[in-house]
Amino acid sequence: MKSKKAPYFFIAPAIGLLLTFSIFPIILALVISFTDMSLAGLADYSRINFTGFQNYQNILQDSIFLKSITNTLFYVIFGVPLVILFSLTIAILINMGRSRYFSFMRVVFYSPSITNIVAVAIVWAFLFNPSQSIGLINRVIGMVGIGPIGWLTDTSVSKISLVILAVWRSIGINMLIFSAALQNIPRSMYEAAELDGATKWEQIRFITVPQLKFSTSFVTITTIIGWLQFFEEPFVMTEGGPLNSTTSVALFIYRNGFQNNQFGYAAAGSLLLFVVIICATLVQLRLQRRAD
Amino acid sequence: MINIDKKLKITIGVVLGLWGLITVIPFVWMILSAFKTNPEIVAAQPNLLPNEWTLDNFRELFQRLNFDVYLLNTVIITVLGFVGLLLNAMAGFAFAHYEFKFKNFLFVLVLATMMIPGQVTMIPVYLLLNQLGLTNTYLGIVLPGLTGAFGIFLFRQFFSSISEEFFEAARLDGASDFYVFFRVALPLSKPIIAVQGILTFIGGWNSFLWPLIIANDQRFYTLSVGLQLLQGQHGTNYALQMAGAAFMVVPILIIFIIFQKYILTGFNISGGK
Repeated sequence: MKSKKAPYFFIAPAIGLLLTFSIFPIILALVISFTDMSLAGLADYSRINFTGFQNYQNILQDSIFLKSITNTLFYVIFGVPLVILFSLTIAILINMGRSRYFSFMRVVFYSPSITNIVAVAIVWAFLFNPSQSIGLINRVIGMVGIGPIGWLTDTSVSKISLVILAVWRSIGINMLIFSAALQNIPRSMYEAAELDGATKWEQIRFITVPQLKFSTSFVTITTIIGWLQFFEEPFVMTEGGPLNSTTSVALFIYRNGFQNNQFGYAAAGSLLLFVVIICATLVQLRLQRRAD
Repeated sequence: MINIDKKLKITIGVVLGLWGLITVIPFVWMILSAFKTNPEIVAAQPNLLPNEWTLDNFRELFQRLNFDVYLLNTVIITVLGFVGLLLNAMAGFAFAHYEFKFKNFLFVLVLATMMIPGQVTMIPVYLLLNQLGLTNTYLGIVLPGLTGAFGIFLFRQFFSSISEEFFEAARLDGASDFYVFFRVALPLSKPIIAVQGILTFIGGWNSFLWPLIIANDQRFYTLSVGLQLLQGQHGTNYALQMAGAAFMVVPILIIFIIFQKYILTGFNISGGK
């Protein structure tokens, strides 16, 4: 006999942890965002004051916060299309061959996705080194007479450098999602198209891409959400510099919370980010539905 | 799959090969630089291969710096992560094979947590763990990410595909619910445990944010936090940095190459539905 209590025993630990560390913190963040909680308030609750919408008013006038918003938009606008384009291209190319070589390429392109972000950020900072003798990239482009470029020290290219690293890292997982979907497209569709005289490009354009609609929208949503939360790359490689040119919203929140100990202020920023993420997801879903 | 001729296939193979080479250059350069001395890297344009292969960088990490402590902490945290795997499996099993009050509501709630960005929970969770006195403890580092909606979802999907009759037969023999779960359900779920186990290992080994926030004391630093500290303190010792990075990345690459079949097909289970 199935016990009536058993399912509760089974779910209790997992649900308890999720309630404590995911659901309840949202409510807590909301409450904190209306207070001036800082390190002093952490030690003594009586020193926490309710400040209404003060944090929200201040943060929307904070020039660094506004800067971090434009930076984050830059990451999303350039990063997301590049990730989708590259991962889709690689998935289609790999799927054209069946040999071991092609499956091995899948391993190659996926490998950046599983590596530690701190380690690869340090490696890329080394590759991006402004000196032509130390930085590999400047050395290579120096051979054809370009540069040296201050990849991480020049405010006009620092964001691009971080996008390069992040795109390199996120191709793998999205390529796998596209690959899985590609394998589900019936072979007969291509055979029929070929009989009708369709070129390879037309087959990709009119069969592959439309058939991948579901996975493309999945990848788009998850990638946008991920890039809106862009954090580790600027944190490890540039600490948001030079001159906040790489500070993302997530890094802004972390800095205010854990380096300046302005918990209330940071919580307000995090909830604004949350609202943006929800809106972006809803808009994307709406567009998807209209397209269907 | 598009039908292609041999010539096109070779062209595609070459394109992928070159692109793949660019993709792995950072790893190759990291490993080669880890065996060079720093003066060699800094001085003139270094050769591709080290002039003289040296293990001094690794020796320094473990003898002079605290990488032995960081390694131990990382291993402890990774092992504790496997408790979460068990909890996810239990929850997934209950959602798949039991009827209970609020089941659908709770399952939607679990899925909804996937939407919550880490930045929102970061501050309140820190305050919460601080209040519980769990900062600078292994428990505090592990707890926030122990269970995850994605893992629960995958286990539920997997257990849903197993017929109820398997479990019914055991119950008729008088087995308890826990016996059924541990002795019947878990052994059946080896394939998904393999996938989840590898992902849990990689996730634990790579975990950065919670160790960074919860561990202020160097004694509790993990490799990734220690590596970040190393970059700050030895900013111009590139050889040492590359050795530290290689020590974090290479074991994961090896594990990935050994188990790639499980990991890559694991995404077919989850992504191909």
